[in-house]
Amino acid sequence: MGKEYIEKRTVISPEGNPIEVDPLKDYFCDAAPKSCKSASGIIEKFANWARSESLWVLGFGTGCGAIEMRPLMTPRFDAYRFGIQWRPTPRQASVFVISGYLSVKTLKRVVRSYEQMQNPKFVVALGSCTINGGMYWDSYNTINRLDHYMPVDVYIAGCMPRPEALLAGFDKLKHIIREGRGEGANKYAENFDWYKGNQKKIIKDWDMPDYNW
Amino acid sequence: MGTIVTKILYALLTLFIVTNYGLILSGVVRKIGARVGRRHGIRFYQPYIDLIKNYTFRTRITHGIMYYIGPVFRLTGGIGLLLFLPVIYGSPVFDNFSFAGDLTFVLYFQFFGVLGMALGAGESGHPYSALGVSRGLAQTTAMELPLTLGVLALAVQYHTLNIHEIVAAQQGSILHWTLFTNPLAAIAMMLSFLAMMGRSPFDVVLAPQEIPIGPPTEYHSALLGVLQLNRAIFPAAKLILFMNLLFGGATNWGELVIKTFFIYMWSVFVGIAYPRFRVDQSVRWYFGIPLLIGVAAILVVKYF
Repeated sequence: MGKEYIEKRTVISPEGNPIEVDPLKDYFCDAAPKSCKSASGIIEKFANWARSESLWVLGFGTGCGAIEMRPLMTPRFDAYRFGIQWRPTPRQASVFVISGYLSVKTLKRVVRSYEQMQNPKFVVALGSCTINGGMYWDSYNTINRLDHYMPVDVYIAGCMPRPEALLAGFDKLKHIIREGRGEGANKYAENFDWYKGNQKKIIKDWDMPDYNW
Repeated sequence: MGTIVTKILYALLTLFIVTNYGLILSGVVRKIGARVGRRHGIRFYQPYIDLIKNYTFRTRITHGIMYYIGPVFRLTGGIGLLLFLPVIYGSPVFDNFSFAGDLTFVLYFQFFGVLGMALGAGESGHPYSALGVSRGLAQTTAMELPLTLGVLALAVQYHTLNIHEIVAAQQGSILHWTLFTNPLAAIAMMLSFLAMMGRSPFDVVLAPQEIPIGPPTEYHSALLGVLQLNRAIFPAAKLILFMNLLFGGATNWGELVIKTFFIYMWSVFVGIAYPRFRVDQSVRWYFGIPLLIGVAAILVVKYF
């Protein structure tokens, strides 16, 4: 199948005027991300405290581990009391939970969603599959190491980790953010070429701009 | 010259108090919702932390000037509504810019924010934003009919369009409240109030699971922070409006807090007990019984 839908073309409008359409330029921004300076001293500490106490998780279940995220909202585990909330759109979320194995097809969506999130953003990798592939380590269409494709702040090992382990992971993430080490977004911007190279090695049908917010 | 400066300073003080009250109120109400679901729920000061976090995001994306102006319009709608309400009856400090005919002004001004969002969200180019706005506008329009009829009934009853005078007419006894002197108008307006507060069953417009959170889909970082701030101020201003029109206003802050809290609880309890309407269902619902009650309120006031 061709990629006509992303190619530059001329369309005739209902009035008969020709219009230049370049989907990759018109709909996306493809400027590479820039590393952002953090504020200094007490202001940054205060900001980091707020960031750590208000973790908005992107509601995107990538693999079977997503099933362990649902109980967090229920009365039994109730992650809301720790300031963890779910958001439906990447732009408003600050935490991306990669829940379990990542197939190549999903990786593409994950990269796009990750890039749409705003700096600072944090990644929590859930389950053994994100560390070394887990039980899918020799599968033909899943990736093995997540941190080759995006910076990861916290790994939660297990297959599957229980919701308690997830809560402990979020707690660890809070510590990391408060200490000012949650700079994944800047790391991604600084090593952009390396991450992009890794992603392109895996994703064969690359039909999106190099960076898309 | 001196008086206008004092008045502006007093208005800023009112705004500060009401903003904090609105933020705490939204946290407390979410906590109550969680307790009904047998959860602990968020901390009551969580809205403050969320607000700070959103303002401290380091990057933001723009889609053009209108995209920036959308949230500003929205915030203007909330603050504007508040500034023309007499917050504390009889207090020179918290009387704000109440003037003759402010009731009409307030009715129109509610729409201001939604229209601003329509322009701003439209520029983001996201089809869901535009769709969310049109759904919201449809529901708001349906909700405004019984509300406006109720307000007109009040105007006929009290022979004034000044909120201050309406509050003055209700002083003296609980039985002087519009709730008891004109129950039909009160019922019509309180039914409109449910959709005004944007809670279930009328929250499909902003429901995360539906069209992803409606108009603010593309708003993030500080822009979302502005919208969140408005979500604290706007409901508080609307609560004060309803308290003034139907429940005799307030002569001090304690009375204001108690009255507005219980008015809010009306929409919270209905929201927890009833599932969501679709937009077409809620529009049809408002064109039914609430509209008839509104018409009846006018007829009763005019002929009885």
